[in-house]
Amino acid sequence: MRPFEYRRAGDTAEAGALVQDRGTFIAGGTNLLDLMKLQVETPDRLVDINRLPLNQIVETDEGGLSIGALVSNSTCAADPRVRRDYPVLARAILAGATAQLRNKATTAGNLCQRTRCYYFYNIDQPCNKREPGTGCGAIGGFNRIHAILGASDQCIATYPGDMAVALSALDAGVQIAAPNGSERNVPLRDFHRLPGDTPEKDNILEPGEVILAVTLPPPAGGTQLYRKVRDRASYAFALVSIAVVLRMQGGSIAEAKLAFGALAHKPWHDPRIDELLTGAKPSTGLFHQAAELLLEGAKGYGANDFKIPLARRTLIAVLREATGLNEGEPA
Amino acid sequence: MYLTINGESREFTGDPRRTLLDFLRLDCGLTGSKKGCDHGQCGACTVLLNGQRINSCLTLTVMHDGDEVTTIEGIGSPTAPDPLQSAFVRHDGYQCGYCTPGQICSAKAMLDEIGANWASFVTEDLDGEVTLDAQEIRERMSGNLCRCGAYSNIVDAILEVAGAEAGAEAKEGAR
Repeated sequence: MRPFEYRRAGDTAEAGALVQDRGTFIAGGTNLLDLMKLQVETPDRLVDINRLPLNQIVETDEGGLSIGALVSNSTCAADPRVRRDYPVLARAILAGATAQLRNKATTAGNLCQRTRCYYFYNIDQPCNKREPGTGCGAIGGFNRIHAILGASDQCIATYPGDMAVALSALDAGVQIAAPNGSERNVPLRDFHRLPGDTPEKDNILEPGEVILAVTLPPPAGGTQLYRKVRDRASYAFALVSIAVVLRMQGGSIAEAKLAFGALAHKPWHDPRIDELLTGAKPSTGLFHQAAELLLEGAKGYGANDFKIPLARRTLIAVLREATGLNEGEPA
Repeated sequence: MYLTINGESREFTGDPRRTLLDFLRLDCGLTGSKKGCDHGQCGACTVLLNGQRINSCLTLTVMHDGDEVTTIEGIGSPTAPDPLQSAFVRHDGYQCGYCTPGQICSAKAMLDEIGANWASFVTEDLDGEVTLDAQEIRERMSGNLCRCGAYSNIVDAILEVAGAEAGAEAKEGAR
């Protein structure tokens, strides 16, 4: 690990000011310290924000929940309100990492975790995300875990997390404070970004900005599922994951909100899929149409070609489960 | 700054890069916690921080001013072993033993998590009462690798202790 200056922030404004000069926030540190040991991250200053008062889950005036930036993943998944009203969120968190990591990992830190692209993690390899302008080793290299949607010729890394996929389906918001004290609320669906020509930027945070909380809208009800397909039954990143929030009424889908993990540089949300499903009567044909929309622009890079049929089949399977459709025919 | 380790106050004045694991092993001489991967993947370094299990390799000592840490040395001793330690011996829950301190610390905290009714990825009903079975243990202990492959005996050892605890609680409730 490279040497750094350690500072503990007393309040949000101080945190924002301290971080602006080659500083990095540390909360749980489970991803950051891993990367610092590998010298993928080499901050001059580490700003410890663990003592900021951002560790509560509170009910909002709108009837939703505000999850403080420093609420641990374990605490969030164990909260009775989250389990009752936002089960897809509890399921997604519990699908990720291990109990040890979830005890340390925080809500905001989880959103800001970096990709697990092998080339990003290896400082001997070219990587436009780690070192802009050096090229992308994954294009034409080992790319089994890489993106099939929204990638660019600069970067085909994926956002690796589970929690944010559920937050995307739930249409959560991210509350952010600027160093001058002003605040903004960004839809979670706009928080992460596609790589384009600037893959070094994972999300829309500006220098010195601090995430205060993630806000959940009032409970959507209905069926909520998180389906994660991975190489091991536990403690593995997703190859494809789907978060579904779906409500049936009189044999039709009254409302559907879906988000997809491990397919792109951000949790993938395609509003056309939600629109197609909402108001429709469940059928295998309908689910195939949804898969067509999802994979319209999909592109494999060799080793990750399998993700295209895998995403199609996972989507059809999870929609069958969510709607109770059982036509007994294979997808 | 000071940390409380196994009930004893310890001062830390070192390099901010010192992980909690290195502090425990190199500065405190508490070598029960093991360094396997040093990246939070194997769980050999698992300790309890303010009662919760964490990977001590993935946190900096300097971040823990005033915190309480329990290592395997604080859980039991050869003359007064914790019930989990006795059960691991009885069931042969190890071969080389390198992962064992982490397994025991992890299992200890896991039983507390069950007591607090925390759900896991394999829990069917998020709203109901959580009950421990072999499938739950396998999921909840997935952060502790055992390269000797003593998993089935580890599960048996934990099940025995969990069953004994549940039995004691039932007895307590019947009084």
